[in-house]
Amino acid sequence: MPKRNNNDMVISVVKSIKDKYDTSELEMIDMEKIEQTEPYNSTLPEKSLSIIKADDFSFYYGSKAGVKNISMEIYPFMVTAIIGPSGCGKSTFLRSINRINDLIPNIHVEGKLFVNNQDIYSRQINLVNLRQQVGMVFQKPNPFPKSIFDNVAYGPRLQGIKKRSVLQQTVEESLQSAALWDEVKDDLKKSALALSGGQQQRLCIARALSTRPKVLLMDEPCSALDPIATSKIEDLIETLKNDYTIVIVTHNMQQAARVSEMAAFFCLGELIEYDLTTKIFSNPSNKQTEDYVTGRFG
Amino acid sequence: MKITPAASQRFVVAFLWLITSITLLVLLFIIGYILVHGLGHINWSFLTESSRRMGREGGIFPMIVGTILVTGLAVIIAAPVGVLTTIYLTEYTREGKLTSIIRFGTDCLAAIPSIIFGLFGFVFFVVVLRMGFSIISGALTLAIMVLPTIIRTSEEAIRAVPKSYREVSYGLGSTRWQMVTKVVLKSALPGIGTGIVLSIGRCISETAAVMLTAGSALRMPDSPFASVRTLSLHFYILSREGISMENAYATASVLIITILVINVIAYLLMRRLAAKVR
Repeated sequence: MPKRNNNDMVISVVKSIKDKYDTSELEMIDMEKIEQTEPYNSTLPEKSLSIIKADDFSFYYGSKAGVKNISMEIYPFMVTAIIGPSGCGKSTFLRSINRINDLIPNIHVEGKLFVNNQDIYSRQINLVNLRQQVGMVFQKPNPFPKSIFDNVAYGPRLQGIKKRSVLQQTVEESLQSAALWDEVKDDLKKSALALSGGQQQRLCIARALSTRPKVLLMDEPCSALDPIATSKIEDLIETLKNDYTIVIVTHNMQQAARVSEMAAFFCLGELIEYDLTTKIFSNPSNKQTEDYVTGRFG
Repeated sequence: MKITPAASQRFVVAFLWLITSITLLVLLFIIGYILVHGLGHINWSFLTESSRRMGREGGIFPMIVGTILVTGLAVIIAAPVGVLTTIYLTEYTREGKLTSIIRFGTDCLAAIPSIIFGLFGFVFFVVVLRMGFSIISGALTLAIMVLPTIIRTSEEAIRAVPKSYREVSYGLGSTRWQMVTKVVLKSALPGIGTGIVLSIGRCISETAAVMLTAGSALRMPDSPFASVRTLSLHFYILSREGISMENAYATASVLIITILVINVIAYLLMRRLAAKVR
């Protein structure tokens, strides 16, 4: 596991958590204890600061490993970018976090992956709950061929919410969070497919937010968009991290540098380096990372 | 002399045109021939009266009713069974031995000539289950016959639903069944509908299987266990036994027009549906 002895980082994490969690959950975060247990390393207390924690996690397609022996922790209310060359397992790892990879036949996992201190690959896990907590935005904007309203109301309706006023409110809030409300509030009945690519992607973000998740996974959310739509999504990510934990896979180095606080560099299914984004881009400790972020390979 | 690429291109285009027009002409000739001979004998009383003297006189109303009943019942039975089988095959199992056996089975079923289904229906429904020559025996037999069509077309339609819809639905916390009903079936509906319409057409035009299971009574049916004669069977008997060629052509015309109308309506409906979901 890559070491993270960075004091500043831990302090900033704790600050952000302190702002966000209500007091009942604050019990587990004891500022002094954390400062005492410096350096902050892999021997974490049972309940850690992280919201997502991979513990020697490997994911196999048949006998081929998609990712192997990943150990990392992802912190709440931050943007964590996963970067790396194509086929390095970035998406595999991302898609393991809400178990959407389960749709593929012949897969199996080794090691553990925790979300909110729950081992999500254990038998007891309720997949419906997990996926409501961990929303996902995909590479290509993929709204359903339904109206804007029905797209966003899809998630709440799955939970059995039928009351028009409740749905209306959820839809409005979600669209507002996704910075789309002002553009579409007058025609919520319009087909989602009539929107532009960038609007569609923000609609997909709104749809993912409609179940009030804690974590938002984004799998190259801007790769199909033009620069203007991309910058809108990036601005949106900036605001969303106040309320959500965001994990974003991106091929775009500048994007990772712009939007993320933490960055993980994957290569050939392994986690090479995981650190503050500023460190990864300015002073990486690994040669491979350096080569990749400076564009010498990948 | 060498043939230039441009010349060969022109030749091929002309040749393909010729072949296509021959196909179309044959089709138009058959339909035209029947309509020319049959349309003159169709009038209101022909459509609404019972037949007299074995079909030499009178109309074909009982046959229209019989056709609707047998076909309708067959599709009502086959459609849910077929669609649910498809859902199981595509959404609830992984590709494996079982699915390939089921798929192989349906393919074999599709290749069996209809007279064999008739024979099976006769032995099983009519004799063993003591249903007699009846609407219900005929409908059950036809249902088995069109099942492969429905399964295959629905499977194609369901597989064409983009994977991303499924992922999004799961990602929002849907169960498998919610995903199937709210996303997959909705998007696949035009394709499934097309399969059902195709099987309606097959049921209406089926003769051999119906002859052996639904019988050939000329009366108006009064219960599901009554024997009926469908339009295609009526046409067959009229012409085969030389009873009345005029009425045979007229019946055939009614058959052709019915199938044409069903197909056009279905096409328009499906197009509207497809526009809605796409």
